[in-house]
Amino acid sequence: MNGAQDLGGMMGFGPIVHEPDEPWFHAEWERRAFGVTLAMGATGAWNLDMSRHARESLHPADYLSSSYYEIWIKGLERLIVRQGLVSEEELKIGRALTPPAPVKRVLKAQDVAALLARGGPTERPAPQAARFSVGDRVATRNMHPKGHTRLPRYARGKEGVIERVHGVHVFPDSNAHGQGENPQWLYTVRFSGRELWGEEADPNLVVSIDAWESYLEPA
Amino acid sequence: MTHAHHDHDHDHHHDHDHSELSPIELRVRALESILVEKGYVDPAAIDALVETYETKVGPRNGARVVAKAWADSDYRAWLLRDATAAIASLGFMGRQGEHMVAVENTPEEHNLVVCTLCSCYPWPVLGLPPVWYKSAPYRSRAVIDPRGVLAEFGVTLPATTRIRVWDSTAEMRYLVVPMRPEGTEGWSEEALADLVTRDSMIGTGLPLRPEQVVRS
Repeated sequence: MNGAQDLGGMMGFGPIVHEPDEPWFHAEWERRAFGVTLAMGATGAWNLDMSRHARESLHPADYLSSSYYEIWIKGLERLIVRQGLVSEEELKIGRALTPPAPVKRVLKAQDVAALLARGGPTERPAPQAARFSVGDRVATRNMHPKGHTRLPRYARGKEGVIERVHGVHVFPDSNAHGQGENPQWLYTVRFSGRELWGEEADPNLVVSIDAWESYLEPA
Repeated sequence: MTHAHHDHDHDHHHDHDHSELSPIELRVRALESILVEKGYVDPAAIDALVETYETKVGPRNGARVVAKAWADSDYRAWLLRDATAAIASLGFMGRQGEHMVAVENTPEEHNLVVCTLCSCYPWPVLGLPPVWYKSAPYRSRAVIDPRGVLAEFGVTLPATTRIRVWDSTAEMRYLVVPMRPEGTEGWSEEALADLVTRDSMIGTGLPLRPEQVVRS
């Protein structure tokens, strides 16, 4: 979706604030926001793509004026309500009014290390050969789906070159909506700065995205 | 050290009346308490998750990878060919580092990593990302004005050096292997690792020079 999360090429946000010796968290509530988000992810009630979509579905003004972990919390609240784990009313008063809904698992402290070490690999067996090879010229589709996508606006309708082939990976555009993993070949596609940003762009700039096969057409 | 700090913060907020908490503090506390009451999360698991990323994971891991690549040409070749396996051989793997790619700086090309769509970052080798990496100023400009971004970080490269930006739009996670500083011939991997900064592995910085570290 063309939401506020799709920031590449926007202007006016001001300088980058680099904090020397930055702590991992800036407040106790950030620790809890981080931990509760990962722990709820471990219940299996949604996948990573659904989490990302919940965050980018915030109103653009809300997204852009919220801190990082505020965005996480707002996304998590949407997910638990949508999945029927907690009601709006329960969220408002901060205590349970109904019995819990079943979840696949509840993360225990002793299982944290194993869970993190396992991660969530997205590579899947290849159902067919890759359509493109390294060096092929491709064009990204000009598409504006209302749902989740990982093709940023600045790289739509552009010509580039396949630089790497990464195997077959879960397709976020369907997985974010519970429509299955639909694994596809994934490629690094390289664009010149001028293709993306016009004639005044830095002639020595090259930008790449990682693009699923259905984002691409032969050029 | 960090764990003691963590305990202190717990004490700290128990000592406060709820009315002193900010809206977001109240919101997160209410959210956690209802999720615990419903039995979906165990507070001890949350503690363990936080402790892991405050004390066990950080850019020291990535620095070991880079230093080994600088010191060992076979390892460097493996890292550039199959970063996931080469990095896992040092014990760094898992969440947000399931599929790793290492990209090497050269005199001709400088690599810079960003996630314009969210905050994708290689946790097992760098830890959690700094605020600036996740913020709108960096995410918006890294792909359109990377030289301007680098200048803000104090990095000025020759105009002839190609800037190669990697937008992490999928689950591939990128680690920049910076150029080995001159004057480090014969250094051990441990000493080399002291030169490798977090920012140099994102591409917004360069490694320290030998004279910038105090050798004991």
